[in-house]
Amino acid sequence: MSRLGFVAFAAFVVFVAVLPTFVSDFKAQQYAYVGIYLIALLGLNVLTGYTGQISLGHGAFMAIGGYTSAILMVGNEQFGGPIGGGVEDFWTIPVAGVVAGLVGLAFGLPALRLSGLYLALATFAIAVAMPSAIKRFADFTGGGTGINLFGKPELTGGLTGVTVLGRQLSFNDWLYYLAWTIALVAFAVAWLILRGRTGRAFRAVRDSETAAVSSGVSLARYKTLAFGISAAYAGVAGALFAVANTYVNPDTFPIALSIFLLVGVVVGGLGGLSGLVFGAIFIEFLPLWAQGEDLGSHLPGFLVDETKKPGGPAIVYGVVLILLMFVLPSGVGGLFRRVGEAFTRRR
Amino acid sequence: MLPLAAFADFMQQIVSGLASGGIYAALALALVIIHRSTGVINFAQGEMATLCTYIAWTLTVNHGWSYWPAFVVTLAFSFLFGVGTHRVVIRPVEGGNVLRIVIVTIGLLIAVNGFVTWQWSGEQRQLESPFPSNTIDVGGVAISVQDIGTIAVTIGIVVLLWGLFRFTKVGLALRAAAVNPAEARLVGVRVTWMLALGWGLAATLGAVAGMLTAPSVGLDPNMMAPILIYAFAAAVLGGIDSPLGAVVGGLLLGVLLNVVSYLSQYHGFGWFTEELRLPLALGIILVVLLVKPSGLFGHAEVKRV
Repeated sequence: MSRLGFVAFAAFVVFVAVLPTFVSDFKAQQYAYVGIYLIALLGLNVLTGYTGQISLGHGAFMAIGGYTSAILMVGNEQFGGPIGGGVEDFWTIPVAGVVAGLVGLAFGLPALRLSGLYLALATFAIAVAMPSAIKRFADFTGGGTGINLFGKPELTGGLTGVTVLGRQLSFNDWLYYLAWTIALVAFAVAWLILRGRTGRAFRAVRDSETAAVSSGVSLARYKTLAFGISAAYAGVAGALFAVANTYVNPDTFPIALSIFLLVGVVVGGLGGLSGLVFGAIFIEFLPLWAQGEDLGSHLPGFLVDETKKPGGPAIVYGVVLILLMFVLPSGVGGLFRRVGEAFTRRR
Repeated sequence: MLPLAAFADFMQQIVSGLASGGIYAALALALVIIHRSTGVINFAQGEMATLCTYIAWTLTVNHGWSYWPAFVVTLAFSFLFGVGTHRVVIRPVEGGNVLRIVIVTIGLLIAVNGFVTWQWSGEQRQLESPFPSNTIDVGGVAISVQDIGTIAVTIGIVVLLWGLFRFTKVGLALRAAAVNPAEARLVGVRVTWMLALGWGLAATLGAVAGMLTAPSVGLDPNMMAPILIYAFAAAVLGGIDSPLGAVVGGLLLGVLLNVVSYLSQYHGFGWFTEELRLPLALGIILVVLLVKPSGLFGHAEVKRV
């Protein structure tokens, strides 16, 4: 990263730290979700943007993380499962990352045989089947009703009177700081992984598998590794998602989530990290804007009226998505790079 | 040996499996045509079909048309809709990263689904079936005319398409544009128009699938979502670049799903519930992809280095 990059990152950290002081509690919760999506997008971009393997099923890894976290907190003895629970939410997050990461590694092995479209379809199949699988193993997962995490203050560190910048934190503020602390660490870790030998190997696999193999890069090793890393990220995001949601059920992680994650990565920019913040904002806020709320309320009146009808928001969402692909072919990250190059070019 | 009544039941399941398989085959064929020419899976294929089915519904119910004229006009509309979609939405992103096209089809899926809900509301509608609802007796097996009609329409459409691709000049140009766009262009094929034509044909196939689906399951904005997944499975099973494979894959899948649910119902495999139909199809996708990614009829991709 250039010196400019470091300054920008430091400025962003400061911005993230002070933001909740200026916004409402409700907004803090929405921004917490942006942080959670950012974690998942960072992981997915390691796989899709840097290693060139398309996954349409990352919601499934989030589901694994979310359920790991929920089961460790509340346990599944109530449904007849073996786990007692009682772990505080914060400590379930790394476990969720490890469990999802191991599943990702295991899935990465068969996925070695597949590439491009075939891999996309295989991962898609997993994500579509996930809710049915969760319902099928009801004594482990609570089935269709899911697991409720609400009203268990002993399980969350959120309400124990933490103060940040001289302010006592609400649950949502705590959620925000938790999500963003992890997101910023995850960002730094992803950057460290990608800048060195491993990142170079990932990019080599993406650009030409043949060239990568002939330069001594093991395809099996790096593709599986990329799967593991990205699944671990998704698992951490899923755990936070469960904590933020205060419940998990099979519909918490629908196929739409997997699709929106891929959309977020492409909008944010494949093969870059900083643009992903915008991908995460896009996932969290575009549905809201498309309903004519928040920023969307500044749209012309007749459009806002249409967005109040059923189906209206989806039209706006779809059209905006298509137009974005037209005007920003390499995502927001690509725009950043072009602007950056324009400023730093030497004549 | 099976008792005769059970045998008749079983045969009936096979026929109705062929009928639903025919629908999967039509949509799978649409996916394959677009995949061969554009190189992507069109995630909006199902929603485009739903939109066209609503056109048929409007013509028959609101304007009092009889079924077959409405059928033909809907097919014409769907063809233009497909061509227009390619010209307006897909062409600007062609040639770049494939993921961009994928995301555009996802955007299209969301927008078309929204438009259908916005225009016709999310309420379930009833599209009449062109076929009578009685059954005929074939050697002791009661077969519904509905199923026979569905199979006949699918076979008709597939034969027509096969004829188009095999025996006409346009068909030759279509195949050339899909196999080798650069060389096709050199010999004077208008490749971009051929791609648009492919999208038109795919949308038409989708419309047929939609109109055959609606009478039995009811017309609503999300009607085609599960059908699209079965079509994915069918296309993967047959080989994603093989039109013949898509048809065979669709029929096989339809029969297989019916037979498994029949056997589990009558022979005590209680574990197979209707809920597991979709996961079973997805399991087939996974197994085929892992064992033989090119499917039953596809060609393994050979890359030149």
